[in-house]
Amino acid sequence: MAQVRPISLTVNGVTRQALVEPRRLLVDFLRDDLGLTGTHVGCEHGICGACTILFNGEAARSCLMLAVQAEGAEITTVEGLGSSDGKLHPLQEAFWEHHALQCGFCTPGMLIVALDFLRTNPDPTEEEIREGLSAVLCRCTGYQPIIEAVKAAAARLR
Amino acid sequence: MKPPPFDYHAARSVSEALELLGRYAEDARLLAGGQSLVPMLNFRLATPRVLIDLNRVGELAYIREENGWLRLGAMTRQRAIEFSPLVKERIPLLVEALGYVGHLPTRTRGTIGGSVAHADPSAECPALVCALGGELVIRGAGGERVVGAADFFQDFFTTALQPGELLVEVRLPVMPARSGWAFEEFARRHGDFAIVEVAAQVTLDERGGCRAARVAAAGVGATPLRLRAVEQIVERGGGAGAVVAQAAARAAELVDPAGDHHASADYRRHLTEVLTRRALSRAFAGVERSK
Repeated sequence: MAQVRPISLTVNGVTRQALVEPRRLLVDFLRDDLGLTGTHVGCEHGICGACTILFNGEAARSCLMLAVQAEGAEITTVEGLGSSDGKLHPLQEAFWEHHALQCGFCTPGMLIVALDFLRTNPDPTEEEIREGLSAVLCRCTGYQPIIEAVKAAAARLR
Repeated sequence: MKPPPFDYHAARSVSEALELLGRYAEDARLLAGGQSLVPMLNFRLATPRVLIDLNRVGELAYIREENGWLRLGAMTRQRAIEFSPLVKERIPLLVEALGYVGHLPTRTRGTIGGSVAHADPSAECPALVCALGGELVIRGAGGERVVGAADFFQDFFTTALQPGELLVEVRLPVMPARSGWAFEEFARRHGDFAIVEVAAQVTLDERGGCRAARVAAAGVGATPLRLRAVEQIVERGGGAGAVVAQAAARAAELVDPAGDHHASADYRRHLTEVLTRRALSRAFAGVERSK
């Protein structure tokens, strides 16, 4: 059996230290060890995008990373998007206003991918938004309200 | 599912990675961006005893131009290449091809070297390296060697890399002046692995004739395939519609794809013709526009 390793990282601005087995997936570490269950586990092989987090500022699938790889990293999960007084992030507000979620399973992934997408493309066309969001699967909204929410958020964040 | 237990080493340098590779030999797998290996671990299709993580080997992440070549460190993230102004100027075909590699979060982690060493027969990076006649720099305990694309890709997921060796650099020739390019891919959904893809780059001479063409197809066999006979047709005849159509028909004759549940062999051959025609047409039209 492989030995557990100490790791130290920052999650949503808070320094966390833990002991993890090398095979511990980053998504399971976030959910089961840190209790941050906003990040969802879907397919576990990098297709559905529900587990997407910001890893050192860039969107990454946390089911395709090991917790040991996050040593020294800065991670943002959906729990870290709003402000500490409970105010939603403008992107979350846009999702709310445009009914861009139904069951909510894909929503954390959608929000994180959209955030990184808008960082590098602050004034996207609808085609580019569709392509950017193709990283996350939604099985109930039909995507249209999500695309509209991202479009609205882009204008607000510019 | 979850990965089986393994031991983990994060190498800090190429020499440390090679030392670890030497120590654990075939018990070890190298971890680059993890976009293919970690799914295989999760499915337990790969069960290495040791993972050697290359993500902290900073010396393998760079983009440099030297003597007409772009040198890309093996651990350079696909997204870093996609957004590099230097790559966009020197090898725009590479930037276009990377747009088809998975999705945004795949490319933030995925590396050029990882994709090339993994050698998926329908992946974009190997096809690009093959089309442009790239060179792969390999380091092992005995030193460094450079292998051309034609000799590097040997079979399904099989390359010239020997046990104990590490791919350290991907070299691609800079696009000459008066060139045009296009990457055409057909997949069921954007971001999926291609059913068939074709990369093309053409360079004109001062009188408007085709001085050089580079064409490769992937998804049509065990490795990406450079289509030299197709290149020769447009090098002789230029970019007129009828010549491009003839070259595209030749492409379909040159490939010998297998059928599977994604697409029959006949359909793949048909796609090879259609995508070659589109890629060459767009590449030639691009040179016209850039003049």
